[in-house]
Amino acid sequence: MHLPDGFLSPPVFASGWVLALGSLSYCLKKTREILKDKMIPLMGVMAAFIFAAQMLNFPVLGGTSGHLLGGVLAAVALGPFAGFIVISLVLAVQCLVFQDGGITALGANIVNMGLAGTIVGYYIYAALKKSVFRNNALAAVFLSAWVSVILASGLCALELAFSQASPLNIVLPAMLFVHVFIGLGEAIITGMVVMFIIKVRPDLIYAKPAG
Amino acid sequence: MKRKDIVIGLGLAAVLAVFSFLASSFPDGLERVAVDKDFIERSASLIKSPIPDYLFPGISHKKLAGSIAGIAGVLLVFGLGIGLSSLLRKRI
Repeated sequence: MHLPDGFLSPPVFASGWVLALGSLSYCLKKTREILKDKMIPLMGVMAAFIFAAQMLNFPVLGGTSGHLLGGVLAAVALGPFAGFIVISLVLAVQCLVFQDGGITALGANIVNMGLAGTIVGYYIYAALKKSVFRNNALAAVFLSAWVSVILASGLCALELAFSQASPLNIVLPAMLFVHVFIGLGEAIITGMVVMFIIKVRPDLIYAKPAG
Repeated sequence: MKRKDIVIGLGLAAVLAVFSFLASSFPDGLERVAVDKDFIERSASLIKSPIPDYLFPGISHKKLAGSIAGIAGVLLVFGLGIGLSSLLRKRI
């Protein structure tokens, strides 16, 4: 879902940058407030794992592939704000070092995958865990990971439509459709990894600080 | 996080990176939509990156170039992740 340069029009990608920088600033501040020592290496390991996992495209439908986004995964382990930082870091390195995602589009990519894919995904997970899936954290993880990808793709489609790359009634259904399937992959991978973490190191799951 | 856990986590990431050449080469969701809905030609690259397309330059063997690029990325992102969070910790 990494937007290259050229897809978005200047007003759209500039707005993306404004929103991304504002969010980064906020999340850095919040992360600093809640950062525990154990989170420091975990942020490194999470970033490394998500970066590597994003390289492993899996086929979906015919002739298309998907890959892990890792937003909900990062947020379940580190919380929404540190999770956002990790995802943004991965996206920035991918853009600058590996030419994966455009530099003008980096702001929008951070908004799509960091804000929608990670922070909103986290709050969906938290809400589900508190209500419908009180005894089944894994179900909350699975569903929120799935939805997070669909949401991110929908936001991406909106940006493309506003940039006049494609009409909304064409690009939105197309993006949503393929990302329903990619999101399923995300849900399965995220669920498996979280299940593994819960089994071996349950203390590495983020718990919202009291007060 | 104990050093052993860090090594295991990082090691797992490294293994994934090494085997990245096994990944599907089909276009991802966005690219597929861009091709199908005819806006892929808008794509441009405004900056020059050192390891474009996850292939380490100067290595002719494509799978090896990919694995090395993956390892480089894993180490870089790990280092930056630790560095950034350490910086944040110190500011308290």
